[in-house]
Amino acid sequence: MNSNFDRVLSSEDVLRRRASLLQRVHIDGILLLLLLILAVGSLFILYSASGKNVDLLIKQASSFGIGLAGMFIIAQFEPRFMARWVPLAYVAGVSLLVVVDVMGHNAMGATRWINIPGVIRFQPSEFMKIIMPATIAWYLAKRSLPPSLKHVAISLALILLPFVLILLQPDLGTSLLVITSGAFVLFIAGLQWRWILGAVAALVPVAVAMWFFVLREYQKQRVLTFLNPESDPLGSGWNIIQSKAAIGSGGVFGKGWLLGTQSHLDFLPESHTDFIIAVLAEEFGLVGVCLLLLVYLLLIARGLVITVQAQTLFGKLLAGALTMTFFVYVFVNIGMVSGLLPVVGVPLPFISYGGTSLITLLAGFGILMSVHTHRKWIAQA
Amino acid sequence: MPQPIRLKDHEKDARLIRRRALVGALVFLLLTAALVARMYYLQVVQYEYHSTLSENNRVHVQPLPPTRGLIFDRNGVLVADNRPSFSLTLTRERAGDWAQVLDVIVEVLALSSDERALFEKRVRQGRRPFEPVPVLFELSEEQIATIAVNQFRLPGVEVVAQLVRHYPQREHFAHSVGYVGRINEKELKELDPVAYSGTHHIGKTGVERFYEAQLHGEVGYEEVETNARGRVLRVLKRVDPLPGKDVMLTIDVHLQEAAEAALGGRRGAIVAIQPSTGEVLAMVSQPSFDPNPFVTGISFKAYAELRDSIDQPLFNRVLRGLYPPGSTIKPMMAVAALDAGVITPTSRVFDPGFYQLPNHSHKYRNWNRSGDGWVSLEMAIMRSNDTYFYDLAHKMGIDRMHDYMTRFGLGQRVSLDMFEETAGLMPSRDWKRARYRQAWYPGETLILGIGQGYMQTTPLQLAQATALMATRGKWIRPHLAKTIEGLPPVDSEPLPDIQLRDLKSWDSARFGMEQVMHGPRGTARKVGDSAVYRIAGKSGTAQVVAIRQGEKYDRNKVQERHRDHALFIAFAPADNPQIAVAVMVENGESGSGVAAPVVKQVMDAWLLDDSGQLKAEYATPVSAEVGQR
Repeated sequence: MNSNFDRVLSSEDVLRRRASLLQRVHIDGILLLLLLILAVGSLFILYSASGKNVDLLIKQASSFGIGLAGMFIIAQFEPRFMARWVPLAYVAGVSLLVVVDVMGHNAMGATRWINIPGVIRFQPSEFMKIIMPATIAWYLAKRSLPPSLKHVAISLALILLPFVLILLQPDLGTSLLVITSGAFVLFIAGLQWRWILGAVAALVPVAVAMWFFVLREYQKQRVLTFLNPESDPLGSGWNIIQSKAAIGSGGVFGKGWLLGTQSHLDFLPESHTDFIIAVLAEEFGLVGVCLLLLVYLLLIARGLVITVQAQTLFGKLLAGALTMTFFVYVFVNIGMVSGLLPVVGVPLPFISYGGTSLITLLAGFGILMSVHTHRKWIAQA
Repeated sequence: MPQPIRLKDHEKDARLIRRRALVGALVFLLLTAALVARMYYLQVVQYEYHSTLSENNRVHVQPLPPTRGLIFDRNGVLVADNRPSFSLTLTRERAGDWAQVLDVIVEVLALSSDERALFEKRVRQGRRPFEPVPVLFELSEEQIATIAVNQFRLPGVEVVAQLVRHYPQREHFAHSVGYVGRINEKELKELDPVAYSGTHHIGKTGVERFYEAQLHGEVGYEEVETNARGRVLRVLKRVDPLPGKDVMLTIDVHLQEAAEAALGGRRGAIVAIQPSTGEVLAMVSQPSFDPNPFVTGISFKAYAELRDSIDQPLFNRVLRGLYPPGSTIKPMMAVAALDAGVITPTSRVFDPGFYQLPNHSHKYRNWNRSGDGWVSLEMAIMRSNDTYFYDLAHKMGIDRMHDYMTRFGLGQRVSLDMFEETAGLMPSRDWKRARYRQAWYPGETLILGIGQGYMQTTPLQLAQATALMATRGKWIRPHLAKTIEGLPPVDSEPLPDIQLRDLKSWDSARFGMEQVMHGPRGTARKVGDSAVYRIAGKSGTAQVVAIRQGEKYDRNKVQERHRDHALFIAFAPADNPQIAVAVMVENGESGSGVAAPVVKQVMDAWLLDDSGQLKAEYATPVSAEVGQR
């Protein structure tokens, strides 16, 4: 096997030397370009949404810098090398989640952070967003596809453990994203359609039975408020009413940069974090939203191309799951702000203010780049 | 694994994944199309609607604050209600340069710069820029007219009718009911912003503070469409607020007033408790103050005057005043010593006028320097003999004394529902080691026996200890709320009753207390003689300035403010207790001479009918055994 590969490689040596500088440092030019467009756009919108707060911009820009550096470093590692460390990362991640749950419990309140003062402060659940799909990809890559019932069951167990731990923190939003990222690996790995449909079909009667026999009146009320936030107009419904007015008043071409009224008059809370798309929609209109969605779609398309072209099964599964999860972020955030989905705290990728999610996302794209640039027949791509 | 199979698998896997990626891509395209459609719907189809909302009209969600629950006395007399009051509000967003608008307000109403500073502070505390913030309260007709005339110069300024808390009983309930005041920044951080949106006041002290959650009620809201100048065009939706619960107090307005009158303008504290229920019938801390100005915001000057007054009108003497109980503690000490078995009802002690610890030269003086000779327990209480109680304390020791006095409620918070009650202090060996890093000295035990030394009690604790004497140890925490919306308050951590080995121990001490009032040589027999019912009482003095060994207390030398506080505790009728009273008269000097008449006046007001006879329902039940042995 080795001799076979050696022969192929030696004949490609010339081409390989001709490969661009970017490819030699394991960076994918298309992804990098799209990410930089988003970064610049994000700073423009943030400047407006934060009320021309330059400190905030500097913080966000430096988060971008750190994230891009992290992405660059991760892209240097071969996927095979990553796969070797995945099990250990999973065990470490789950242990940290347990530590957070126990510490949080003792402190008589919810906590999502590990905090060693002066040294480091981070959310282990954030890492799980990458470790989760990597673990399932590592597990399934060694089996034959599509996965058998036994391997699906083991995968589900691997997904549910961190899901429950994050749910206990409690952090419903992140736990659902983690479960989604793991489930996407199963989907790409070819989980039979009848099982997928069966699972969905089974959830419906269970939910109905729960509604009538298990949930108490006040719990039902909570679910209803969750599904229809406008029934609570002084609390979370306030955001939706105002964000819809902001988006709608933007029209086709928007009111112009820095000229949004809804967001600047403090009508719109959290305008620079989770609800930032409303500012963009108000100031740049439908055209601005479509352009942003286009950039996102191009990113996702590139991610899917990388998935298909990846040479190792591990690379394919991981790249595919990361790309698909990325779409879920976009869809859930915009759907929530425009009133299609209930309010869950999911930031808009690369646009919302916040360093942690930015760094995690860029780390994910670092993995995509690594999968793409460490292929053996690189010049044929 | 053989290579060909692996390769074949690999290709099959790649095909599978390519198919799945394609399915994913299609689904993503569809979902993105859904997002675009949603945006198209909001931004193109509904554009007119939203842009009208945003540009010319705005949908506002206006919170509707709930009406605060009322407070009544035990007979239904109003103690706290809500009155309409006109206030001036300013909406930052509509005022433009609001600092300049404030200048105009100050100018047209001819106010001072002090008040302008206050306005500015209030505006800055406003939560959302489009919510009106009240800056000036209780506008007069004249002021309303002036504002109306100058309205064109005052964008964003409105005259609004609001319900504002009012205390018709004024200073009578300032220390028990307390008052509400404007929510300050610290409270703002801790409050539920939704529940308090639209509410500007919160309970600051007393019942208003303790029962804040019940009195406040639940917020409602109204979705209104307004035009650019903020005028409400129409109400889209309305959910009514739920008014707060009414609280009925245990206090009786008439008894409260009678008790205040009994103090006759002196500084001091009175607590009257119904022993069988723990209901506080009167709670007086004099001097008091009118709580009404605190509701709308008291001026800096008026507040400074109250705060800096030497008479301390803001100081709640009942709950936070700490005094050594002096001789009033003797009946409880007697009960403790009888139960501990260190004395018997018949054992006697010889009093030469002082007490000396074995092998010590220090003389602990009786107040009567010539001594009372052979003294029994009842005699010791009647005459308030110090020597007897030095001896009793020595025999008990500090540990047992601490144990028993704690069961009487000393050194702990006793009330069920009183805000900011002080625990006081019942010293122990452990306490002294922690506080002073010193061992306990026997001499310190002795003076505890007569209620001096480290011991610190509040008038409320003394009244509760008296009520325990009256009920023979049945513990019910004293409380101010009789009912909240018809339901009595619940004690979640009741204290255990005081169980004695022999119930007769109570009677010996109670008989001594009765002798104080009605015995031939009782210290308060003058007061007892004038009563038409039998009282069980005990006097005491709380030292303000310590007297050195060998020095005599000379009232002429001591400045008025350094004179001893006069204490008196009592319950009556002695054989069927209906009321337990503790009185502290600041710098009153003589418990029997000054505080005892106050106690009797309070009891008369509660127990006697219009003709000056004991009310029939309080008369001794025929079956009860009268304390005559």
